[in-house]
Amino acid sequence: MLKIRNLHSGYGNLRILKGVSLHVNPGEIVTIIGGNGSGKSTLLQTVAGMIPVEEGEVLFKGRSIGGETPEKIVAAGCSLVPEGRMIFNAMSVRENLILGAYTRFRSDRSGDVASDLEAVYGMFPRLRERENQLGGTLSGGEQQMLAIGRALMARPKLMMLDEPSMGLAPIIVKLIFEEVRKLRDAGNTILLVEQNARAALRIADRGYVIETGQMVLEGTSEELLNNNDVQRAYLGKDYKSISE
Amino acid sequence: MIYNPKYETMPREEIEQLQIERLQSTLNRVCRNVAFYKSVFDESATDIEKIRSIRDLVHLPFTTKEDLRKSYPYNMFAVPLRDIVRIHSTTGRTGRPIAIGLTRNDIVNWSELVARVLAATGVTDNDFVQIAFDYNMFTGGFGLHYGAEKLGASVIPSSQMSNIQRQIHIMKDYKTTVLLSTPSYAVRIANNLADMGIHPDELNLKVGLFGAEPWGENTRGRIEDKLHISAFNIYGINEMMGPGVSGECSEKNGLHINEDQYIVEIIDPLSWEQLPPGQEGELVITTISREGFPLIRYRTGDISAIMEGTCACGRTTLRMKHIAARSDDMVVINGINVFPSQIGEILRRSGCGEAQFQIIMDNIRGDDVMEVRVELLDSMFNDEIKELMRLKNFITESIEREMGVAARVSLAEQGTLRKTPEGRVRPVIDNR
Repeated sequence: MLKIRNLHSGYGNLRILKGVSLHVNPGEIVTIIGGNGSGKSTLLQTVAGMIPVEEGEVLFKGRSIGGETPEKIVAAGCSLVPEGRMIFNAMSVRENLILGAYTRFRSDRSGDVASDLEAVYGMFPRLRERENQLGGTLSGGEQQMLAIGRALMARPKLMMLDEPSMGLAPIIVKLIFEEVRKLRDAGNTILLVEQNARAALRIADRGYVIETGQMVLEGTSEELLNNNDVQRAYLGKDYKSISE
Repeated sequence: MIYNPKYETMPREEIEQLQIERLQSTLNRVCRNVAFYKSVFDESATDIEKIRSIRDLVHLPFTTKEDLRKSYPYNMFAVPLRDIVRIHSTTGRTGRPIAIGLTRNDIVNWSELVARVLAATGVTDNDFVQIAFDYNMFTGGFGLHYGAEKLGASVIPSSQMSNIQRQIHIMKDYKTTVLLSTPSYAVRIANNLADMGIHPDELNLKVGLFGAEPWGENTRGRIEDKLHISAFNIYGINEMMGPGVSGECSEKNGLHINEDQYIVEIIDPLSWEQLPPGQEGELVITTISREGFPLIRYRTGDISAIMEGTCACGRTTLRMKHIAARSDDMVVINGINVFPSQIGEILRRSGCGEAQFQIIMDNIRGDDVMEVRVELLDSMFNDEIKELMRLKNFITESIEREMGVAARVSLAEQGTLRKTPEGRVRPVIDNR
């Protein structure tokens, strides 16, 4: 589905990603875990076309998308749910969702948009209840549902989630992650970037650990959960404190 | 049976993607955590960011046995010692030993790799697997044990006991179906069977997996004939965690490499150039999923070749030729590694100077025998037979004492040792 080789990117002179390679197979949840400033979000934004590729390859379904515009990348089937949700506060929930289908809204004759909207409401009944409410008035968890719903409206082949747990209460995180898992079970492919490594590894099939713009580990979720470095750095497990 | 179809039948393109990802993360880890690699990369001006594909491996420096010896015991470990759950080591017979540290994940991976190797020869959870490899600092016994258990087989950890008859009794009583041992030990079992008057069909053995020594089709034929089993070649070395690097499938045409965890290359041992598939050279291995003891381009000293073409068994993994020799001419005699350089050293100390010599290996009734033929220099010549006998005995005793092997030493006239076409004396002639 997605294959990245030796990706370099950054902001101006600031190099963030230094030769990152990864792949996502169809039907998988792959998570990228790493600390603050490790390059996780930069990676997703580079794939989404929001930050230019300096070097390296981004192949989406076998086609190079490195250097394409964000709208072309969305149209190709690769959607980003951005960090901090980025909901349009002054628009209603329904309007926010329909915006997600903008790549095909005008050409849609078959009523697919309407049925997709129904599907999103089926998944997040909360959004139907608040259909006419302004996006800005929703709670954090509801906004995250809205952001995911909006991305789904583009019928993505690959959905990239940037820190969906950010700023949410643990119980809401659990609910959101449960929905992400269901999306995978329904055949969707997901690339998930998270600081909440435990929650992410619990639902992911595989994962990568990124440090200062370079991958340092790759493995199944189980392997990463059992890796001592991951336990110390990301799972908050000072599992064997040395007594002196 | 293919134990893990995902990794064993992965399309080549996907294997390469996985390998480059894992290679890059291994490089990033060793660069951060292993002082040796950090300084080697710095000194050789190796920019690991330039490693963009598997073909770029050639830009990385080698790791040698000597490097590992200098790092003894813990300096090559890439994780804090408290993350290490197991330490194995080489014997150190030819120098300082090498310590190998494994994390819990390493042991899980190891078990998986060995389970694949066993399954490829037809071993299943219905089998009784007798492990006649040592369980000690050497990795063989433990690695095969984990793999067989992971497969669900009934494991009999008999180890390489010197009492072969007892080994055979266990084999008979427990109705062992699979034997794991060194090939030379299997030959000894076969010979003892005859002495004990047991017909091989009285046993339940059907499959044998043999490794840890270079061996070839002659020995395979002998083992299969005498034990009435199908014999398979497996490969692994202590530095690579032991068994699980590669093994034969039912086609018995090359050993499938577990490429999701090891990248294998062949190099010319003299020029250090990478050689294309089909050409024989020294086997070089890079670990790409090891946590505790990752190694970059490790020179194994074993001579092999990457085989071309696909295998009829359905696996997509590359195959390597069985190890028939060593780049350093090491020979294994009854399970003990012997390097010609050790003999040269003993000769020098015996007053033979730089006398030419040749090691001749034979197998007589299942026992390896070694002859060391030493060319007499003019300076060594002595009219008194007694003096020459004394020299001969001194060399024999030194070899036995220092190397732990019995050798028949003979003195030869100049120019009588067998030579290579280039006129060099062959250090080893292996007639086994």
